[in-house]
Amino acid sequence: MTSPRLQRRETLTYVVGYALALPLTGAAFGLVYLRLLGGGHAFYTVLGLGLVQMMVHFRCFLHIDLKRSARADLQLILFSSLIIALMVGGTLVLLFNLRTRMI
Amino acid sequence: MDGVAGPQLRHAGLNLSDDPRELDEVESDVFGFWIFLMSDAVLFALLFAIYGTMLPATAGAPGPAREFKIGPAFIETMLLLTSSFTFGMASISLKRDPRPGRLVLWLGATLLLGLAFLAMEGHDFATMASDHATPDRSGFLSSFFVLVGMHGLHVTIGAIWTLVMLAQLAIFGRDRRVKVNLIRLSLFWHFLDIVWIAIFSVVYLQGLIH
Repeated sequence: MTSPRLQRRETLTYVVGYALALPLTGAAFGLVYLRLLGGGHAFYTVLGLGLVQMMVHFRCFLHIDLKRSARADLQLILFSSLIIALMVGGTLVLLFNLRTRMI
Repeated sequence: MDGVAGPQLRHAGLNLSDDPRELDEVESDVFGFWIFLMSDAVLFALLFAIYGTMLPATAGAPGPAREFKIGPAFIETMLLLTSSFTFGMASISLKRDPRPGRLVLWLGATLLLGLAFLAMEGHDFATMASDHATPDRSGFLSSFFVLVGMHGLHVTIGAIWTLVMLAQLAIFGRDRRVKVNLIRLSLFWHFLDIVWIAIFSVVYLQGLIH
């Protein structure tokens, strides 16, 4: 593949990432600003949109994908996510449980 | 290597050349930095956990609904997101454009956007302080300032690092170490934008949901 074509594809990756991130951010802020959803629904929708945007950033800006060249990074990120989920989940469960017992 | 598809982008689009042998060497240089980033992610995640448990602990001090403003939070988000994009363009200039001007321009744009973000965040903090929402007032405010302040501190360090890289580019030109350092800085900067996604979702938007 020629260098200009490669460069166009590389540039496109960042442009696509930016173009995907903008509406995701806009949707999350719009949802809260316009009060389209309330309470729990809004919270989980915002969390979901944030999670999707994080994946877009990892894919388009940090170039983490399923190709072999990024496999080690992907495994490191997934393992760190597991550790984070255990520690954050454990902290929240324990301390919320403690709070309900103390009331 | 994927011979058919051609050389692949790695690590923020910055394989230094399309020569696979050089790629492996750079990859091991950068993998260590990935490990640092993930340990940093654990630090942020636990600050988020503390913030979550401290949410109801307002102790009579101003709470999230009163202190958070959606407008500035949105502008800060846009500044950081755009700076992530401009750093991507800097990465491509580093790889493809041998002239120094374009790279310095994109790095400068990234730096300016980062500084604008910091200025707005500082203004937010000052507004909160003038409303007597200071870290010593409640568990909620303490954890808020530690979490968002820690991110701001990282952005500050990223801005200083960008200045250092601009100086290194001016003095050493694009030698291999400068290039690898720029790859690390790009990872750091993109990573900080990802942490900010979590902050605007979990802190600002969550606090403003009615």
